[in-house]
Amino acid sequence: MATKASRTSARLMMSPAVLLLLAWMLVPLCMTLYFSFLRYNLLQPGSGNPFVGWENYYWFITDPSFTAALFNTLKLVGGVLLITTVGGIGFALLLDRPMFGQGIIRIMVIAPFFVMPTVSGLIWKNMFMNPVNGIFGHLASALGMQPVDFFGQIPLLSIIFIVSWMWLPFATLILLTALQSLDQEQIEAAEMDGASWVNRFWHMVLPHMARAITVVILIQTIFLLSVFAEILVTTNGGPGTATTTLTYLIYVSSLLQFDVGLGSAGGVLAIILANIVAIFLMRMIGKNLDA
Amino acid sequence: MARAVSNRTKVVNTVIAGTLGFLMFFPIVWILVLSFKTEEDAIRAPLEVLFSSGWTGDSFRAVMARSDYFKYFSNSVIIAVGSTFLGLLIAVPAAWAMAFVPGKQTKNILMWMLSTKMLPPVGVLIPIYLLFRDTGLLDTRTGLVFILTMINLPIIVWMLYTYFKEIPGEILEAARMDGASLKEEVIYVLTPMAIPGMASTVLLNIILAWNEAFWTLNLTAAKAAPLTAFIASYSSPEGLFYAKLSAASIMAIAPILIMGWFSQKQLVRGLTFGAVK
Repeated sequence: MATKASRTSARLMMSPAVLLLLAWMLVPLCMTLYFSFLRYNLLQPGSGNPFVGWENYYWFITDPSFTAALFNTLKLVGGVLLITTVGGIGFALLLDRPMFGQGIIRIMVIAPFFVMPTVSGLIWKNMFMNPVNGIFGHLASALGMQPVDFFGQIPLLSIIFIVSWMWLPFATLILLTALQSLDQEQIEAAEMDGASWVNRFWHMVLPHMARAITVVILIQTIFLLSVFAEILVTTNGGPGTATTTLTYLIYVSSLLQFDVGLGSAGGVLAIILANIVAIFLMRMIGKNLDA
Repeated sequence: MARAVSNRTKVVNTVIAGTLGFLMFFPIVWILVLSFKTEEDAIRAPLEVLFSSGWTGDSFRAVMARSDYFKYFSNSVIIAVGSTFLGLLIAVPAAWAMAFVPGKQTKNILMWMLSTKMLPPVGVLIPIYLLFRDTGLLDTRTGLVFILTMINLPIIVWMLYTYFKEIPGEILEAARMDGASLKEEVIYVLTPMAIPGMASTVLLNIILAWNEAFWTLNLTAAKAAPLTAFIASYSSPEGLFYAKLSAASIMAIAPILIMGWFSQKQLVRGLTFGAVK
């Protein structure tokens, strides 16, 4: 039904968005790729930035902090995913039950998602996890225990905790939305037929939520790979490299050491890592577009 | 509900969910409490803070009295609102075209737009930083508006597309039969039906742009820094600062919390790209 004229105008209407995004994606990407093969440091101008092949990649990967950063990234992403998915399923099941004041309770659960990362990082670090003045510290002293120095003794775990607090609402909200589209009559029928709670959950509720759970995991992974501000305001990647993630390591080599070549090589590796996840996510969303 | 639920069950559910919900919410409640305390009181034990110390609005006054507070706040507003509306300007025609004049490539274009969102920001930090340095965009609101527009453009296009898709095509055809021009069609038929969807898109994108804390921290210094950077300056404070940090935090998150509560449903649609409805 679309005429030739409307097809042409449609193309015109799309072109600003398409061209801008194309430029936004291709220009920096090509530059990163190009820089990653140069010896290029902003602190040493006039060196001519010679082509050095894979040297930057070699230095980036053989640096012990790279291995540390890679494992920290995996632990951070894995830890937060575990907490938010399991907690999110629990919260969603709980909030789906009949209760008073459901709207208010839901609002309280969702609220942390709207707190900006620098605020979350700093309020947990100071008001809660500070061993002297924080609430956890006060609580420990009141109980006669030794207060935990969170960012000294368990830095990565503390950051996993803070990031989980911010993302648990996201998982809960999406899983709750999925849960609410579940056919209640089917569940009740199963209940009448004598299916136990565990059986109903395992064979009916969980399969129904499977898709939403996958989406939660994939989308969170994309965002969690880029966690930055929470680390910047709490530990600065330390002590040592205890909380340095891949994102943070690249930030350090790029904007603190001004090593353009090295930072770019790290950037390329981060892009590859994110793309592995992205391929799976895109497939899920693409399938839904057909349906 | 087909099944009667006893009040007892409801009360038990309410108590359990309410307790857990309150625990999630507690950090926000707590900074609200601390923001109305003096600095000396704010570091005392929780029970003393609550029951044996006075209340004061001094911290809010102290934060706002800082010569630069209003600058950070207005930067946040300009960057969040500016990038959202610039994004809308670019995205509305694109989403309209894809929803109402779909071609063979529409689905591929949509998926490709989404894929640009998967690019980790740190992967392009250096080129963007250098381009900004060379074009004088470093530490400017213009630069940040541009970056945040590009970051959120795929989400805006997607959300608008899913909303436009829900507008029945028959209505447009009827308008066309009645001799409406493309312009009239857009102004009198489409716009009124699209306004709710556009409003939620605006809301979600202001939230996302307001809280963005990678580019805003890395590309700004003194002039264009928004509230994310202002709060980050409390990571290396001098002297007692809990009450002031609390007051500043409350002022930074309150507008977004309120908007967020209104956009819960849209949040799901916008952040899962229609994969969960």
